[in-house]
Amino acid sequence: MLLSKDDVEHIALLARLHLSEEEKERYREQLSNILDHVGKLQELDTADVPAMASIVVPRSRLRPDVPAEAMPRPELLANAPETAEEQFKVPPVLDGDA
Amino acid sequence: MSAAKTSTALHELSAKQALAGLRAGAFSSVELTRAYLERIEQHNSRLNAYLYVASETALQAAAAADKLYAKARRKPETRLPSLLGLPIAVKDVLAVAGMPATCGSLILEDFVPSYTATSVQRLLDAGVVILGKTNTDEFAMGSSTENSAYGVTHNPWDESRVPGGSSGGSAAAVAARLAPVALGTDTGGSVRQPAAFCGLTGLKTTYGRVSRYGLVAYGSSLDTVGVLARDAVDAELILKVMGGYDPRDATTVEKAPKLDKPSGRSLAGLKIGVPKEYFIEGLTAEVESGVREGIRQLEALGAKAVPVSLPHTEYALPVYYIIAPAEASANLARFDGVRYGLREEQADLIEMFKRSRGAGFGPEVKRRIMVGSYALSSGYYDAYYGQAQKVRTLIRQDFDKVFKKVDIVAAPATPSTAFRIGAHGNDPLEMYLEDVFTLPANLAGVPGLSLCAGFDSQGLPIGLQMLGPHFADERLLAVAKAYQHVTDWQTRQPAL
Repeated sequence: MLLSKDDVEHIALLARLHLSEEEKERYREQLSNILDHVGKLQELDTADVPAMASIVVPRSRLRPDVPAEAMPRPELLANAPETAEEQFKVPPVLDGDA
Repeated sequence: MSAAKTSTALHELSAKQALAGLRAGAFSSVELTRAYLERIEQHNSRLNAYLYVASETALQAAAAADKLYAKARRKPETRLPSLLGLPIAVKDVLAVAGMPATCGSLILEDFVPSYTATSVQRLLDAGVVILGKTNTDEFAMGSSTENSAYGVTHNPWDESRVPGGSSGGSAAAVAARLAPVALGTDTGGSVRQPAAFCGLTGLKTTYGRVSRYGLVAYGSSLDTVGVLARDAVDAELILKVMGGYDPRDATTVEKAPKLDKPSGRSLAGLKIGVPKEYFIEGLTAEVESGVREGIRQLEALGAKAVPVSLPHTEYALPVYYIIAPAEASANLARFDGVRYGLREEQADLIEMFKRSRGAGFGPEVKRRIMVGSYALSSGYYDAYYGQAQKVRTLIRQDFDKVFKKVDIVAAPATPSTAFRIGAHGNDPLEMYLEDVFTLPANLAGVPGLSLCAGFDSQGLPIGLQMLGPHFADERLLAVAKAYQHVTDWQTRQPAL
């Protein structure tokens, strides 16, 4: 087993995922198996191999940087769970009085 | 002729035949669209191919198409868009303004995009009628549609089996004649594998050929938009319209190089590589013999088949299951309950993120996000992600070398024919192995096509896969057309 329960909790925090106790145990086992399988790559000597940087052939170029019409604000806000004064509303980010 | 009799015939037509009928005025787009909507009404509750049926807007679009056809009859100089009045289905990971885009996930249950994917917009500009949005494994992560939050899609050839995935809804819709043609996406095989399982022609386009704008991102360096069609002729009709440079996707190329392709019905001069690494333990005897028979058929048409080697094939699976989850963990960070999607109210912001994502994502998505987060995390990055990108270079070089010697590669699309629903229920790795023959093309960015090369003893379709060098999409289609000219596997349809 590669991963401990602490490892799973650390990964879940990095990934911003709430997990139940049952999920933690299940993922501990499953993630360990997956990581064990992908560990097969370690058997290859890649000292002289460049890492792939881009899959695009031929290399792409940037488009001219010109201002364009933005999407209408009400349409973009329409999918938000909570809005106020034409803005996304979230819980307080800073400590102190809201 | 009674209306009922007309509509039973219309769904039998391929996209090309349907367009010819529309142009000739043999039937209207409203009649054609209604025929499909009736079939959806009749069969979708059982098959679960569509998650959303756009009956009203489809009939409006069809009526508009009919108006334009009528105008062209009065004024012959009227220019008609190439796909005017043709119904299509769209995988639910592609945005269509005003229609839900759930991506098979609870986290986007109520999401309705206000914009349209470039690939879809080009088809709309060419006159298509969108029938609806099709089922998919959640965020296109899976090989069976069993990871959809909205239930599994059933394979029309045997409803106790999966249609493949992740574009399983699109595949089942086309196979069951609930759509003439459908869009899918292919990140690790998600067009070719369901095409194989459902007896269709599935095209995974060259990376950079079709814009990804409006495709909800899973693995950005692997994602491609593709087509599920009854035959290569129909697939080509769609590719022609939806491909090309898009300023909104910097990875699309402005001018795709034009490669040689067979013309007409002969494959004389075509060199086919048969990679030994694709005929391995785990490949069923029936799929192997079906694929080898398909290659013999290509030889009978004049092609020459030679053995080749793609030595790093066995590493494609581990490379993919590092790179795809790594990219997914970054891409899916946007689902945080702030701008769109499910929110679980919490007093604390981080807790809100965690609870929203914990409740909104299904098990496979959580697994991949966590594998990706781990592979990118401090202390593990070089060993996992860094090493995977290096081995990806080796896989790409394998293809570069082979395509110096041969024009295309031919191999099985899948190790077996369609498996039973629930067969891989408890073991994610077992499911991953289903994609072992399709993953390498995504890692190298090359195009791939799967076509029906026969049926096994249980009456399930067998998929022959062809791969080509970058931008050989048309070459693959030309080979498939020549093959389908002398076989009739692609015309068979399941009894519903």
